[in-house]
Amino acid sequence: MTIKEIQEEIIDEFALFDEWMDKYEHIIELGKDLPLIEEENKTEDNLIKGCQSRVWLHAEMNEGNIIFSADSDAIITKGIIALMIRVFSNHTPKEIAASDLFFIDQIGLKEHLSPTRSNGLVAMVKQIKMYSIAFQAKA
Amino acid sequence: METKTSILDVEAIRKEFPILSREVNGHPLVYLDNGASSQKPKQVIDTISHYYEFENSNIHRGIHTLSQEATTAYEEARLTVQKFINAEHSHEVIFTEGTTESINLIASSFGKKHLSAGDEILISAMEHHSNIVPWQMICEEKGAILKVVPINDKGEFLMNEFENLLSEKTKLVAVNHVSNTLGTINPVTEIIELAHKKGALVLIDGAQAVPHTKVDVQALNADFYAFSAHKMFGPTGVGILYGKEDLLNDLPPYQGGGDMIKTVTFEKTTYNELPHKFEAGTPNIVGGIGIAAAINYINKIGIDKIEAYEQELLAYATEQIKQIEGIRIIGEADKKASVLSFVVEGTHPTDIGTIIDKLGIAIRTGHHCTEPLMDRFNIPGTARASFAFYNTFEEIDIFINALKRAVKMLL
Repeated sequence: MTIKEIQEEIIDEFALFDEWMDKYEHIIELGKDLPLIEEENKTEDNLIKGCQSRVWLHAEMNEGNIIFSADSDAIITKGIIALMIRVFSNHTPKEIAASDLFFIDQIGLKEHLSPTRSNGLVAMVKQIKMYSIAFQAKA
Repeated sequence: METKTSILDVEAIRKEFPILSREVNGHPLVYLDNGASSQKPKQVIDTISHYYEFENSNIHRGIHTLSQEATTAYEEARLTVQKFINAEHSHEVIFTEGTTESINLIASSFGKKHLSAGDEILISAMEHHSNIVPWQMICEEKGAILKVVPINDKGEFLMNEFENLLSEKTKLVAVNHVSNTLGTINPVTEIIELAHKKGALVLIDGAQAVPHTKVDVQALNADFYAFSAHKMFGPTGVGILYGKEDLLNDLPPYQGGGDMIKTVTFEKTTYNELPHKFEAGTPNIVGGIGIAAAINYINKIGIDKIEAYEQELLAYATEQIKQIEGIRIIGEADKKASVLSFVVEGTHPTDIGTIIDKLGIAIRTGHHCTEPLMDRFNIPGTARASFAFYNTFEEIDIFINALKRAVKMLL
């Protein structure tokens, strides 16, 4: 699936939730489920410091695709990260660099990507794009 | 449910704060972030509107009627502040942008004149970044040393450690009156007395104290006392630096510009007298007038009643929050202002804040601009509910129920 298709799939999944409670419970579950990052990659270098919560992001190339892994000490942030990884991971640098991020807005979580939130998510998105450009340049 | 207090008519008071009747995320707003900024009563909002509608002009310069009226209002505001904190002279009251600027002013002006290599500045382990960084900056510039008075696990200032750290090298002690993160009320009278015995001056960061308790700068014998209007029901962007007359006279100006000068030639400028020496440029005129309106409002309610009622709220909230499994209150000093910081085992403060915001409840989460303090307790941050006199016992019940719901979702 393309990055666009995965985002559309997530939007469909979230359309099932009428209430914010259900939506957040789902995100929390996603956050709990995923072993997102190897301990050895939770380094100071991979740390994106937000005022509120900490986010780690690691990227590596595998057969032409970037594989992202990430973690956060806050569970809601971690759940949203899980969705981001599902969208962006395992695509080529070119695809990632050219992609638009629209699902967060559509599933009603826009506030989490507001720059005032300082939860590290905005910086994470920027960092994902940076990696795609960097890996593209290397290729 | 606890019976409603008789100290204050909170229902009537709440009607004077327009914002308290709004909804957030479909729920009535429960505003428990007063430590970050307080809400404004109609009296303050009206004073600000009235100024712009009828009095607006520049002060201290014009001979026209509007300018004179604005100047009178601004200088009367200074007198209101003087009375409120019981300063000896009105020119000991300097208008600033807020607590942060007040502290920076002293760090810069005092440091320039009185600090040299090897001198020491003492702060406490529970200071806000704004009472850490300005001192670090001036210490670095002058080769002076910043030393930190530790606290105990309850979050209390360790007086014996303070006495050990105090020496002839100590030039200034800067501590808060009330900790924004822990709520601890520090024994500032004793701190000042001990520091003075060693010949050190004392600056008190009173940002979290002035809205909650009577402050008398002469009784405290504080050399400098800083606070902000927006935490005491006044507008943002304005604050006060109190300083003893002789000390302020001795210090060089902080910024250069209009109003702070007596005469200017390209060769030499002579500076204006207090308080204008420290008030360069057109000040926040409406802010000054707004702070006076806030003080008049506090006086109308009565600061003693405010303090007594907030202590009831704090006691009730502290008792109620203990029902939550895994709760750890951060800051359990014997003497506390109405601040309740906590963490819940297995949850992150920001997740709690996010969920209860959905239920209309505003609290603060994070490190509260006190990173070294978070390190001291070995936590990334806390969730903090901070109460004002317009909060109710019912709101605390709503908050506790929301907290239970959040914890259930997160665990």
